[in-house]
Amino acid sequence: MGAGSTVPPIIHFALLEKVFNQARANSLWPLTFGLACCAIEMMHAAGPRFDLDRFGAGVFRATPRQADVMIVAGTVTEKMAPTVVRLYNQMPAPKWVIAMGNCAISGGPFKLDFNYNVVEGVERLIPVDVYVPGCPPRPEALVEAFLKLEEKLTGKRRFPGAPEMPRRTQDAGE
Amino acid sequence: MNVSFVAIICYLLGISAVVGLNAVILVWLERKVAGHMQFRYGPMEVGPHGLLQTLADGIKLVSKQLVIPDKADKPLFLLAPVVSLVPIFAAMMPLPLSESVQAWELNIGLLFIIALGLLNTLGILLAGWGSNNKYALLGGSRAVAQILAYKIPLLISVMTIIMMSGSYSLRDIVLAQNHGWYVLYQPLLFIVYITAITLETNRSPFDFSEAESELVAGFHTEYSGMGFSLFFLAEYSYMFIAAALASILFLGGWQGPWLPGPVWSLIKIYGIIFLLMWFRWTFPRLRIDQMLSLGWKILLPITLVNFLVTAGVLAL
Repeated sequence: MGAGSTVPPIIHFALLEKVFNQARANSLWPLTFGLACCAIEMMHAAGPRFDLDRFGAGVFRATPRQADVMIVAGTVTEKMAPTVVRLYNQMPAPKWVIAMGNCAISGGPFKLDFNYNVVEGVERLIPVDVYVPGCPPRPEALVEAFLKLEEKLTGKRRFPGAPEMPRRTQDAGE
Repeated sequence: MNVSFVAIICYLLGISAVVGLNAVILVWLERKVAGHMQFRYGPMEVGPHGLLQTLADGIKLVSKQLVIPDKADKPLFLLAPVVSLVPIFAAMMPLPLSESVQAWELNIGLLFIIALGLLNTLGILLAGWGSNNKYALLGGSRAVAQILAYKIPLLISVMTIIMMSGSYSLRDIVLAQNHGWYVLYQPLLFIVYITAITLETNRSPFDFSEAESELVAGFHTEYSGMGFSLFFLAEYSYMFIAAALASILFLGGWQGPWLPGPVWSLIKIYGIIFLLMWFRWTFPRLRIDQMLSLGWKILLPITLVNFLVTAGVLAL
């Protein structure tokens, strides 16, 4: 189950949950919700070149009641923060969040001492499942985020033969 | 009527199978058509060419939390998708797929289907009212406002066909087209009818009651999980019924060379449905006043003049 499930079930039905998770992984409908320039890359991910709909994730629903994934694509300002939280609360469980771009992860280039109006990372407001670094990340990165989310749900990667991306070690970054 | 209990069960099972399979195929087809219209592929990875996509969506929607808004009118909110869906089971009964494949030969079949088709709008209105949401209410009231604009031209065009065939029975209307399909005699009326069923099934360019860019998701803004999927089941089933009526009234129903009757019926029905999908993914949405003036100022005079001319020609 994802981070958004409100109440953990009392009894676990292993097979049923496996079927449900398999189905959820194959139809992750995102919320039509863009905050800044990352939203442009999000639109491209649904467009003809990258085509999120191949994985069943291309149905962008305008109402939070029918969405499963919130893609926080862009800078969250203090003014927008209550709306982000409200939209998240309006989504029915189970729900997931993808923090797309450096602004949604940590405030990005707007994280300055004198900047009073930027939320430094959307994780301060709502639980985040997948982080997509980049400024802005390319559409492939968002597609990869969806694959990671599917991996989180089902425990298996969709294309197991694909080469793993080289991982940076902890101390090499920042 | 002497229909045995077993026969009724068989009809209900058959109609449920048609409703369910039709929705599964149409949701998949819609996404594939949308994809290919936009130089994409659409669903590809879930099953061969995404064939299992609708199954995954359906299971996911069943497992989602059902949100009932705090100040919603709870009985109406829960009733609305059911009101929208249930009339379909009755409306499918008089539809003939071939001379022998028909649940119920009804002598007023056409009237019966059109009357039940109106109940869909009642479901939309109940959803809009019961949600206690301004967008949903606007969507519901729009659905009611557009009803007159398309129902009157649609009924007059149907009346013209009844005048030509001399029967309300769908089977007799098909049999009356032995010498030539009515689309050859009434091409203009066919265009009006297709426009009217695009309006009736709430599809773009006339999807005013769920206009995404204006009303979030219109009448089903507050519906999550199963409520939403019941509305979609109803929408695609009404599409099937409207396309089946179009094929029966204008394209000669099951008539055609070489292939058996039901195959011809399904080819024609899904051809018309493909046409409706084509409209949806190529035309932008009209404004509501443009739609009303289209209905009252263009479709209505065309059908009225056509009706009178046809009556005159038939009287000669």
